[in-house]
Amino acid sequence: MEHYTFLRQLADSWGLVVMFLFFVGVIIFVFRPGSKAEYAEVAKIPLQNGSED
Amino acid sequence: MGADTMTHKGSPSGGGAMVMMALWGLLAILAITMGAKAVDTPFAIHMFIFALAAILALIFKARSFGKPAEDTSGYMDNVVRYGAIATVFWGVVGFLVGLVIALQLAYPAWNPDLEWFNFGRLRPLHTSAVVFAFGGNALLCTSFYVVQRTNRTRLALGNLAWFVFWGYQLFIVLAATGYLLGVTEGREYAEPEWYVDLWLTAVWVAYFLVFFGTLLKRKESHIYVANWFYLSFIVTIAMLHIVNNLSIPVSFFGSKSYSLFSGVQDALTQWWYGHNAVGFFLTAGFLGMMYFFIPKRANRPVYSYRLSIVHFWSLIFLYIWAGPHHLHYTALPDWAQTLGMVFSIMLWMPSWGGMINGLMTLSGAWDKLRTDPVLRMMVISVAFYGMSTFEGPMMSIKAVNSLSHYTDWTIGHVHSGALGWVGMISMGCMYHLIPRLWGKKEVYSLRLVSWHVWLATLGIVVYASAMWVSGIMQGLMWREYDANGFLAYSFVETVEAMHPYYVIRAFGGALFLVGGLIMVYNLYRTIKGAQPVTQPVGMVSAAA
Repeated sequence: MEHYTFLRQLADSWGLVVMFLFFVGVIIFVFRPGSKAEYAEVAKIPLQNGSED
Repeated sequence: MGADTMTHKGSPSGGGAMVMMALWGLLAILAITMGAKAVDTPFAIHMFIFALAAILALIFKARSFGKPAEDTSGYMDNVVRYGAIATVFWGVVGFLVGLVIALQLAYPAWNPDLEWFNFGRLRPLHTSAVVFAFGGNALLCTSFYVVQRTNRTRLALGNLAWFVFWGYQLFIVLAATGYLLGVTEGREYAEPEWYVDLWLTAVWVAYFLVFFGTLLKRKESHIYVANWFYLSFIVTIAMLHIVNNLSIPVSFFGSKSYSLFSGVQDALTQWWYGHNAVGFFLTAGFLGMMYFFIPKRANRPVYSYRLSIVHFWSLIFLYIWAGPHHLHYTALPDWAQTLGMVFSIMLWMPSWGGMINGLMTLSGAWDKLRTDPVLRMMVISVAFYGMSTFEGPMMSIKAVNSLSHYTDWTIGHVHSGALGWVGMISMGCMYHLIPRLWGKKEVYSLRLVSWHVWLATLGIVVYASAMWVSGIMQGLMWREYDANGFLAYSFVETVEAMHPYYVIRAFGGALFLVGGLIMVYNLYRTIKGAQPVTQPVGMVSAAA
């Protein structure tokens, strides 16, 4: 039962904070300066030559 | 075969091949020994199948001696071709079994007096055939195709991809025969017993190694978003499969095992697995297809690459918690039920974000829907994705669930997702892939693709609407009381009332199957037909 109690408390305290911050970090990361140009480039990967016909 | 090809140059991995042959031989001996000591017949049959597969692998390896080494400079597309054929084959098998069990429900006389073919045993055969055999092969072959194209490199680890393909087919055969023989763990979408689970674990680890190894040796610095979805599908399914199937066999020579968990923990583990089988097998992997093949087919980059990354992280962060909504109003603690419901509702956002991203990829190219039925099929699939990911969160709301749970509404919901989203995107990808894999310009007949699109769409609409009516009626009849507080209807009265809808459902399924058969004919003619293009895709150099 100690395992359960420990995991339960971790899940709704630090675990929750860490996951939430990671997620917010991802959002901030994708909106970083310069990302727009980079993403416009990499979005063309499926269309590049040599991928098929 | 001339003597000059029998040199070390001819078969550079001669030592490795000997080791592989020894391993297959040992596996065959182990299977025969276990089969000889079997405590039940199905286990003996399964060990015999194992031994047969190992011997076939051994013979195949032995025959490769002396043959010139395969050209490994281009993409590894043969395994993708096999996967495409397996996808189409298992697809129509799964649809056919689905139609049979729909008729068994509508007309009980379709249940023969043979235990192997009654509804109870054919139903898991249907679900596993469409989810794991059809969907699984579609995921295997498209992931192998996409990971090579988007990273401009050949599949890693040589022939391990072949082990993944054939090992997975062996898993399908063992699972399917097991269901007919009555071997089952009774866990939804995870019915195969402990020894088949162990085999699938080995195959899946190999799958991960091939996919991840290919990413590691990529020639493209950025890992395209489709690969992220495929990778999350592979990793999460490994985790779900192992935890959900933790069990102890009654005998190491028998086909029965018992779960390590008990009671409500067992139920929650099962639905944590079950819903994530939907989330990561039937959604994340197929979103990988969407993010590669829709831009490819429309010849336009995805609408918003930024949105695709947000879509990915929010989808995987939320899906993993949604499982408890399968256990509303059970012994599961109330907080866990509410948690499952809340996360399911939050899933609306990434799901619709992804749907919008897929659909808006066509902005400025909508006219292609008129001329290209393959793209039309893919777009209809994304529309069904949007519809069923709207319906799902709604059904997870406890008040709605109190009406919908255990009724046919759930079955209708699953099929609008499975036939509409998973089926249509997979078949759309096959229509795109197969001509290219066999070096043809386009499919044999776009008119037949158009017929398939509309038959399938009509079939799904008929199916889902019959199940809405039937399910809601069923739910309302179950909860109706008379003035004295007695139930207004007996269970069998609700069954009788559902009969017309069961017939309509079978009709919808038949339309879908006919569409599938048209696809088989069309793709057969495509492969056999003479429409050569300058060079088949396999010849394109990976370094180009």
